[in-house]
Amino acid sequence: MTAPQEPDRSNVVWLGAPAFPEAARAALADSQLRANLKHATGTIRDKRLAVTAELDDWEQLREAGAALKRRTLRHLDHYLVQLEESVTRAGGVVHWAADAAEANAIVTGLVREAGAREVVKVKSMATQEIGLNEALAEAGIAAYETDLAELIVQLGKDRPSHILVPAIHRNRAQIRDIFQREMGRWGRPAPDGLTDDPRALAEAARLHLREKFLRATVAVSGANFAVAATGTVGVVESEGNGRMCLTLPQTLITVMGIEKVLPAWSDLEVFLQLLPRSSTGERMNPYTSTWTGTTPGDGPQNFHLVLLDNGRTATLADTVGRQALACIRCSACLNVCPVYERTGGHAYGSVYPGPIGAVLTPQLVGVEHAASLPFASTLCGACYDACPVKINIPEVLAHLRARVVEAERARHRLPTAEALAMTAAAGVLDSPRRLAAAQKAAALGSRLLARDGRIGALPGPLHGWTDSRDLPQPPAETFRAWWRRNREQP
Amino acid sequence: MTSRQRVLDRIRAALADVPADESAEAAPAPPPSAGPAAAEGSADHGYRRSHAGPDPVGQLAERIADYRATVTRVTGADRARAAIGAALAERGVRQLVVPPGFPGELLPEGPWRVLGDEPPLSRAALDAADGVLSTAALGIAVTGTLVLDAGPGQGRRALTLLPDYHLCVVREEHVAGDLPEALGRLDPARPLTFVSGPSATSDIELERVEGVHGPRTLHVVIIAQPDAAVRSGR
Repeated sequence: MTAPQEPDRSNVVWLGAPAFPEAARAALADSQLRANLKHATGTIRDKRLAVTAELDDWEQLREAGAALKRRTLRHLDHYLVQLEESVTRAGGVVHWAADAAEANAIVTGLVREAGAREVVKVKSMATQEIGLNEALAEAGIAAYETDLAELIVQLGKDRPSHILVPAIHRNRAQIRDIFQREMGRWGRPAPDGLTDDPRALAEAARLHLREKFLRATVAVSGANFAVAATGTVGVVESEGNGRMCLTLPQTLITVMGIEKVLPAWSDLEVFLQLLPRSSTGERMNPYTSTWTGTTPGDGPQNFHLVLLDNGRTATLADTVGRQALACIRCSACLNVCPVYERTGGHAYGSVYPGPIGAVLTPQLVGVEHAASLPFASTLCGACYDACPVKINIPEVLAHLRARVVEAERARHRLPTAEALAMTAAAGVLDSPRRLAAAQKAAALGSRLLARDGRIGALPGPLHGWTDSRDLPQPPAETFRAWWRRNREQP
Repeated sequence: MTSRQRVLDRIRAALADVPADESAEAAPAPPPSAGPAAAEGSADHGYRRSHAGPDPVGQLAERIADYRATVTRVTGADRARAAIGAALAERGVRQLVVPPGFPGELLPEGPWRVLGDEPPLSRAALDAADGVLSTAALGIAVTGTLVLDAGPGQGRRALTLLPDYHLCVVREEHVAGDLPEALGRLDPARPLTFVSGPSATSDIELERVEGVHGPRTLHVVIIAQPDAAVRSGR
């Protein structure tokens, strides 16, 4: 066993991105962004509720999904070795990557071996996480994103802001401008007189990308799942760009986080019900492709599966935090989150935004590298209700907040404001006498500060709390006093 | 040390809390079912084995149409062939890809040229074709899904992908109620494609647009056996 290494953070967190509070402040000032986000998250929330309500055993399906993921994670080594055997038996080649740099080196080597200077890509969180496109570019290999939203992000030299719909922050007029300006520099230019009608924009993308599909010899994809018992790998998608990449090239390289393995083929019956309904609000997504090794005469004749750790084993070691590895990347938690809806994905400064990003990112890179993210939440619990595999995101957030405070304390050796407040609170709450005295003092003191039953601004360092919210005035009488007066009389 | 060994070692160290005698198969299973439905199917999953209604074929037709695909229901091979011919004519197909093994009795005569895939067609030839006519391995009623498994009449995966129009025939006896049944009937060793409506995107302001890359028009012909139609009074 080697000593724990400093993780290669690569693209999990974006270098130079401001911490969440600063980024959120800038995002909140962008009214166009907020309008785009509100429309999109509202639409998708309604669709999801309608299709999940169709299944009267939705709660049981969630339980089954959560239990399957728990079981798989508890025996991850067993299932990964089994997957390796199955894929190899079916004609594929399995590679293991401990971190992002290693995964990038493996993929770069395989592309070179295939004699290719460009690759087509299926939208994949894992390859974004390791910064594969940038690594390939450094090696002189062009990587073309083929998902429409990823194309918009790539052409716009932008960052994705949502797990499922990465260009959710752009509206049609902005997309038209990007296509007109950039398409010609990458290949077939946008048609003359391109309008901002979504149909016309989709048609422009179709024409632009088809020439790339038809000449591509190497494709890179992620995986939504891989079945240990059979060696079957699968990708779930809508547009058909996935099918193009998974079928037309001679060589297919799939980069998959180690947590995506499932024990048995029949387990898909749970996840193929949970995933489309939770993510796009459809009964089923338009296309799902599965492949087991290679098939002579049909599809890629060389298949490579790269199993990626990159912080996942560190996440697995935390018995509370490991549940975040159950995530199936549906993005339902983003769409119900009041914080995400107002700030958008960029504010999280990570490839994984929203509530799941707030728990996954700090664990993948180490809490000290994403210390503000566990606090980017109201702990309202909407994400937990929406999660199809019942990841208790608020529980993990609270747990990670404690870890951040501990790490801060270890670094500064001086008590932080939180630690001081908590120590003081503990002193008061430990003693009934002190609590009663504090409550009395609060009732008296607040009467001096309050107007119309609300306290506007607190003095001194406490103003941070009242800057963005009113404080209700404490009642004149405490519950304990009321109880004594009403119930303890003989 | 190889990366394989490093990752496996890290996993084993991370799972120190898992009892050594807990086998992968015996690990905490899905919770017990709340209702009688689970008893009929898998023993330990609490969810229902099927959400299909009393008429799975009707449900399949309705749910495929929900994805803005065209659905035609006919009885018997003769009527199916006529319906296919009418659809191809209406579409104005001139170059039609027909995968090897497509049933001859369903293939209509018409002003189109039939392209087989023996020897394999080039990408350019597939891209230039107006449409593809295929069978399906099965349909899934609840989700409105067709599954292609590269069997007879379906061909390799590229055939049903590059042409912009996909006319797919599915026989009623190949309709499964729901996903659990369908997965049980499929062979994971084959390359499988699950198709639920035409290619679609919602990436621009979440407005659904049919087609970016796959076939933008999907037409499904569901064929009933003649004697089945007599039984059901159609």
